[in-house]
Amino acid sequence: MFQPRSIQSSLSFRDKLFSIDYILVVSILILGIVSMFAMYSTDGGEFKYHTESHILRFFIFFGMFIVLSFVQIRFWHSTSYLIYIVFLILLIGVKYFGLTSSGSQRWLNFYFMNLQPSELMKIGLILFLAKYYHRVSIENVNRLKFLFLPVFVLVTPVLLVVMQPDLGTSLLIAAGGLTVAWLAGVRVKFFAYSMLMFIALLPIAISFLKPYQKVRILTFLNPEKDPLGAGYQIIQSKIAIGSGGLFGKGFLNGSQSYLDYLPEKHTDFIFTLFSEEFGFMGSIFILLLYAVIISRIIRIGNMTRSNFGKLYCYSFATAFFIYVVVNMGMVLGLLPIVGSPLPIMSYGGSSMMAIMLGLGIAMSCKVYKDMPVN
Amino acid sequence: MLSAGSGNTVIKSKLISRRMFLLTISKAVVVVGVLGRLISLQINESSKYKTLSDKNRFREWKLAPERGIIKDYFNEEIASNKQVYQIHLIPENTRSIEETFFRLKTILNISDKKIFSLRKKIAKQKPWEPIIISDNLNWSEFSRINLFLHELQGIEPIVSVARMYKDHSSAHALGYVSQVSAKDLKNKKYLKEMSVPGMAVGKTGLERRLDEEIIGEVGFQRYEVNAFGKRIKQIKVDPGKAGKSFKTTLDLEVQRYVTEILADKAASVCVMDIYNGDIVSLVSSPSYDPNAFVHGVDRDYWNSLIKNDRKPLTNKAVSGLYPPGSTIKTLVALSALENKIIRPLDTVRCKGKIELFGEKFHCWKKKGHGVMNMRTGIKRSCDVYFYEVARRLGVDRLSETAKKFGLGKRVLQDFSEERSGVVPNTSWKKKYIGQNWYLGETLHSGIGQGYFQSTPIQLCLMTAQIANGGFEIKPRILFDKTKNNLKEYLKFKNENPGQPLPADLLVSNFDLKPLFKNQENIKIIKDAMYASSNEPGGTSYRSRLEDKRFTFAGKTGSSQIRKFTEEQREAEVKQEQLKYKNRDHALFIAFAPVSDPKYAISVVVEHGGTGSSAAAPIAKKVIKKVLERHSLRQSINNLPGDSI
Repeated sequence: MFQPRSIQSSLSFRDKLFSIDYILVVSILILGIVSMFAMYSTDGGEFKYHTESHILRFFIFFGMFIVLSFVQIRFWHSTSYLIYIVFLILLIGVKYFGLTSSGSQRWLNFYFMNLQPSELMKIGLILFLAKYYHRVSIENVNRLKFLFLPVFVLVTPVLLVVMQPDLGTSLLIAAGGLTVAWLAGVRVKFFAYSMLMFIALLPIAISFLKPYQKVRILTFLNPEKDPLGAGYQIIQSKIAIGSGGLFGKGFLNGSQSYLDYLPEKHTDFIFTLFSEEFGFMGSIFILLLYAVIISRIIRIGNMTRSNFGKLYCYSFATAFFIYVVVNMGMVLGLLPIVGSPLPIMSYGGSSMMAIMLGLGIAMSCKVYKDMPVN
Repeated sequence: MLSAGSGNTVIKSKLISRRMFLLTISKAVVVVGVLGRLISLQINESSKYKTLSDKNRFREWKLAPERGIIKDYFNEEIASNKQVYQIHLIPENTRSIEETFFRLKTILNISDKKIFSLRKKIAKQKPWEPIIISDNLNWSEFSRINLFLHELQGIEPIVSVARMYKDHSSAHALGYVSQVSAKDLKNKKYLKEMSVPGMAVGKTGLERRLDEEIIGEVGFQRYEVNAFGKRIKQIKVDPGKAGKSFKTTLDLEVQRYVTEILADKAASVCVMDIYNGDIVSLVSSPSYDPNAFVHGVDRDYWNSLIKNDRKPLTNKAVSGLYPPGSTIKTLVALSALENKIIRPLDTVRCKGKIELFGEKFHCWKKKGHGVMNMRTGIKRSCDVYFYEVARRLGVDRLSETAKKFGLGKRVLQDFSEERSGVVPNTSWKKKYIGQNWYLGETLHSGIGQGYFQSTPIQLCLMTAQIANGGFEIKPRILFDKTKNNLKEYLKFKNENPGQPLPADLLVSNFDLKPLFKNQENIKIIKDAMYASSNEPGGTSYRSRLEDKRFTFAGKTGSSQIRKFTEEQREAEVKQEQLKYKNRDHALFIAFAPVSDPKYAISVVVEHGGTGSSAAAPIAKKVIKKVLERHSLRQSINNLPGDSI
């Protein structure tokens, strides 16, 4: 399987180095550095735990990203199912050995880090479905028989994560999976059917929701109803972003965050903090960086020859886009607070690891763009 | 199924690209949405959110300003401020509230009841908000607290400033201050902007009248607070501005002296400069401790004040209403002279009573006074003589004169508690009682009974305006160096004996308003008052001062509480034999010294019996005291650099 079959597999190291998408690498690096400043600010302008571990993680996983970039695309293709299964096992492991924090069981304790398998599953599912649809012929895509497996591999982790409970991550996992299916040509009617079924099942699902999750959804519908309670986060976040104005309050001068008005400022609301301190200009800068990263991944999808690569890159880029947009929509008060980190910016090792893994695979699609996967 | 042909792969690849294209378009739409939101928040509504952010950030704590000082005429401080020692508790900083309370109890001896109410307060507020445990500790308690401070985490000893009154003597004139009430906030507009918890406001007397100016300007400390309301850092401090200080016309030493004389009597004394209306003394008795109100009055003390039937909280000098009794006879006589009803030497025979339409009108002297003219009528206070004068005069002309001389309306604008009293006449009765006036009521009015109601300060003003020769004066309790037109007029008159200008033109040049038609009439009344106090047979002869420097001219009065029954009259019941509550009020008005009048006085002793026995002796002592201090008073006024 690892025998060279074409010229592509005999690329020299120099060739590989040249074929790396440096614009993407630099954009990620810049975003990483920006995130360090933001983290430094959340720590009140001191090198404290969050800043230090964020910097450490960024560089470790950035290194991992570079290394993974040189792994052959064929490898990813051949191990896709395995990777998915490993992640699924981890996810099941969470159910039995997971750590519980603030009412939800999401983490596995490895001695060097607490791993959140649901984050990894975001990539695992895309990888699995990309391979699956790569292999399914176009005639068979919309056959019912070929829909069972995708539905199963999608629903299983999503349900596991919902039960943790972690609504936000489960929705993001599902979004990634659905994107692959859509790109592979699954008919609109299937999406419509599943949407109808989802709506039909919604009342049952709602009865499974924890009270705080119900409150969050109600809060999103009318945050001003209970400004000191559940709507507090949205209101304070909007105040922080709005008060940043055009140029922001200046680095380390974000009063909303440094006086603790901002909730979850390290993780979900990191954009709020940055936006308060650097204003509209800062926000646009971050948006541009993400736009560059996403468009470079799409570009890789355009360049890569295998459908596996295309499906993976397009899906990953779309999922990445959804992560960013959901997080921003949330902090801007456009979406309910569902707890989704901003890729690379937010504090959190598992998220960083998952994103870097995803980027690494995408980059390997670039390096081995002409390599057939099977 | 596996390894589809390459053609198939291309088709698939095209499908993927087509679908990706659709996705990209929808992404663009979403991005536009996010951008729009960013623009709306950070550009369009930025100022709104900036305000909200500052509102989050800053919180102001107001600082109570220092109250202005109230001084007497000699710049002695009557109401001042003193340092008070307080202890505040910040619950958050204690190791354990229970332990702290336990320790405090042993150090300060705080009652369980107090601790209970403190606990309730603590439960209501945030743990970092200080609570005042005790706002007025004495020095030994305070130093004991400081000694044990190391084991009292969360306790803060605070030195603050609070109102202090030197003594009780001016409690009614000055009033008292106490904590702002909800009613104060509603009624006093100036408080709206500046209500500080723990701030005291004037509740009565001058403290209330001057409150707006004397209270000062509220300062504030602006802090940056975090989301939990905890102060992070101080941004700005404005210490505020101490209130304006005021100088009054009162003489603190006289105030004290009068208070001492009145002791526990229900009485009031009012002394006034007859030329400029300066109120030298304004005492109401019994007094109360105004200091007791500053930190919230103690329930027991409050109850004792409320239950005391001599009404210590009432400022009797301005809000006590009494029938003027015989003191009104001065005005009845004056009015009769002015209206040419009677000549001074016209006589009336007093047989102890007269009858009018079958009703008997008694003189206070059962046997009668015999033949009376105006001078002897006033001197011996013959009721029958004044029944006759009043009958001829009529109540409307009497009321006109009485009003001119200051009865029936509020004298000072300074006291919200001041009352206006009643000067009855025919239209008044029609309006307020709805009946026609009876002649008999004119007779009662002629001796100051019936509907007549007056305050001691009105009687004092009336006396002063008689004493100064019949010119209107405006009484004042706040020091004012200017506006002594009457003095200037008299000086001018003395220095220019041959003044060709007619009198009325002259007085208008000095912005004076004469209350008489013929000043000779005033002189007659003054002479009669002299007789009343200094000639044998005069009603206040026993209280006379023979020293020429102090000799006064006065008029006694007693106002009936209850009409004597015929039996009592027959039995010649003395006032002392009646129950306290049924005894007459004793009144006395006077001016002194006779040779060169300077001050007027009114004394009212509730249920004192007769004016001559209860009120005149008090007046005698006060007059002497006031006149002894006259030259000092004169000199202090002319001191260079003397300022308010």
